[in-house]
Amino acid sequence: MIYIITTWFAPSSIHRSSLLIMQRILYMIEKEFKQLRRNKVLLRMMLAAPVMQLILLAYAANFEVKNLKIAIVDQDHTTYAQRLAGKFRYAERRQIGNFLFQGYLPNSKSAYEELLAGRADLVLIIPPHFERDLGKENQASVQLLVNAIDGTKGGIASGYAQTIIRDFNLAIRTENIDFDAGSLAGLNVTNQYWYNPRLEYKTFMVPGILFELMLLIGGMIAALNIVREKEIGTQEQLNVTPIKKHEFILGKLTPFVIIGLIQFTLGLVVGRFLFQIPIEGSLLLIYGFAFLFMLLSVGLGLLISAISDTQQQAMFVVFFCLVIFILLSGLFSSTQDMPQWAQYLNLLNPLKYIIEVGRNVLLKGSTLRDMQSQFFTLLGMAIALIGLASWRYRKTV
Amino acid sequence: MDKAVTTHKLTKKFGDFVATDEITFEVAQGEIFGFLGANGAGKTTAMRMLCGLLTPTSGEATVAGYDVYTQPEQIKQRIGYMSQRFSLYEDLTVRDNIRFYGGIYGLSRAELKTKSASIIRELGLDSVADALVESLPLGWKQRLAFSVALIHDPKVVFLDEPTGGVDPITRRQFWDKIYEAAHNGTTIFVTTHYMDEAEYCDRVSIMVDGRIKALDTPTELKRTYGVDSMDGVFQILARGTSGK
Repeated sequence: MIYIITTWFAPSSIHRSSLLIMQRILYMIEKEFKQLRRNKVLLRMMLAAPVMQLILLAYAANFEVKNLKIAIVDQDHTTYAQRLAGKFRYAERRQIGNFLFQGYLPNSKSAYEELLAGRADLVLIIPPHFERDLGKENQASVQLLVNAIDGTKGGIASGYAQTIIRDFNLAIRTENIDFDAGSLAGLNVTNQYWYNPRLEYKTFMVPGILFELMLLIGGMIAALNIVREKEIGTQEQLNVTPIKKHEFILGKLTPFVIIGLIQFTLGLVVGRFLFQIPIEGSLLLIYGFAFLFMLLSVGLGLLISAISDTQQQAMFVVFFCLVIFILLSGLFSSTQDMPQWAQYLNLLNPLKYIIEVGRNVLLKGSTLRDMQSQFFTLLGMAIALIGLASWRYRKTV
Repeated sequence: MDKAVTTHKLTKKFGDFVATDEITFEVAQGEIFGFLGANGAGKTTAMRMLCGLLTPTSGEATVAGYDVYTQPEQIKQRIGYMSQRFSLYEDLTVRDNIRFYGGIYGLSRAELKTKSASIIRELGLDSVADALVESLPLGWKQRLAFSVALIHDPKVVFLDEPTGGVDPITRRQFWDKIYEAAHNGTTIFVTTHYMDEAEYCDRVSIMVDGRIKALDTPTELKRTYGVDSMDGVFQILARGTSGK
């Protein structure tokens, strides 16, 4: 549990006034941690959230397409047709896609029905005279029906299917024409993926999720915390005390920055040991950025709390900002493929910069020199947000 | 500086609505000053201006000798405030609340220790000193809030309907605390709805529609209006009906 025992002494009355400033901030921080320690639900949620989200997003919400349900309509009933169907039925063994064979269908009408009912993601129709055409005219066509309601899944499914068909094509041509397979495949392209050699989705996602969570804690929890004090009236009580603006802001800022860094550490440990995320760059650098980003997040929370009167308003504003930040951040899709206007909008998105930093420093080992433009942008944003929040925060209305 | 509070034509407007309209009065040091009026008469607005929570639209005011426009922070160090809403932290213990507010007012560790011990002893809260404030009965909470408002020995303490919703016995106990503080030289500025409480004040002002209609000792007010209770005075002035 978090426990703060403040022990400080005023050595002499001369130092009293400068110590007083420090003292108020320390009493504020102590109070926040005492309240947090009693808020068991929130405390557990804040510690469980990084672990839960990492596991969920990294395992469940990924783009790998698995278990594609395939059905086949074979109207030819020849050896070739059966061989092609077999390629799909046993594709899994050959590690091409992940097809789950659902069975043969009598005709294309039933194929539509299967697609419509969602019992198949993909139907392969082998037309009559498939073998004959292939033998005689050296070409034949098959039809692929792909359920493309989920565009990504549809695209990937059809990609897998085309790979299998190309494979089959190559096999029969070599057999029949007695081609030299070597010369046919003279050009052999092998891909090598840098920085994420096994194209691990998790490696890519974890750094992003870590920072998204920090924004959530800083923005949401800090904003709601202060607005709650407004609602219950303790804010007014504080406003009649001689506490200074900057003492209040520092007193509120510090606990959340500490909590954010604890969460970040937790997430990093889970990422490292559960998902084997590489940490190529300097740990000090990544923590420096995490600290800066946490200041920025709490600054956003403070600003939102200064413009909201109720927790409901604050919640809505936070949610509005967060969804936009997350969708545009590059967490789920590449920012470079977004339309130009979205890219301009993204210049104001702190999450975009920090996710770039996270991925580059953790996966690629980038240094501060590589990340200096992100550093200055984030620094500027943090200063602007905290500055605006202090300007908006008033003890008098 | 011999007056705890002075105002001269103090006015607050919210748009077209005039919440307090050119109010002028003085409160002497160590006085218990009752601030009466119906709901919406402008009592809370006036009090909030004096505490530095609201900026006046026009007029002048000083609290503890400091100007409300230019020296709000000096005022804040010298006043205590207890709002209508209960404003201690419910999710902190009695001791934590005392420690926090004492710390914010800049008490030293030694001062905090003695203050904390004496508040808990005087209010008889020893058994619940480490219990959360939310678990206390309302009357206890209010007495605790009053003691916390006095923790830094303020010159003036502002109480905005401090006894709302508590039983007569607890109210009586609360007023004993008020007398005690006044006896120690603290000026008490209190708003209330209860006319029996008005009788306890040294002087009473009655506000109607943003203006002060009457200001005198309870005895004088009763004589002037020819009634035998403050309730009668209030009926005549605030409700515009004769109490006869």
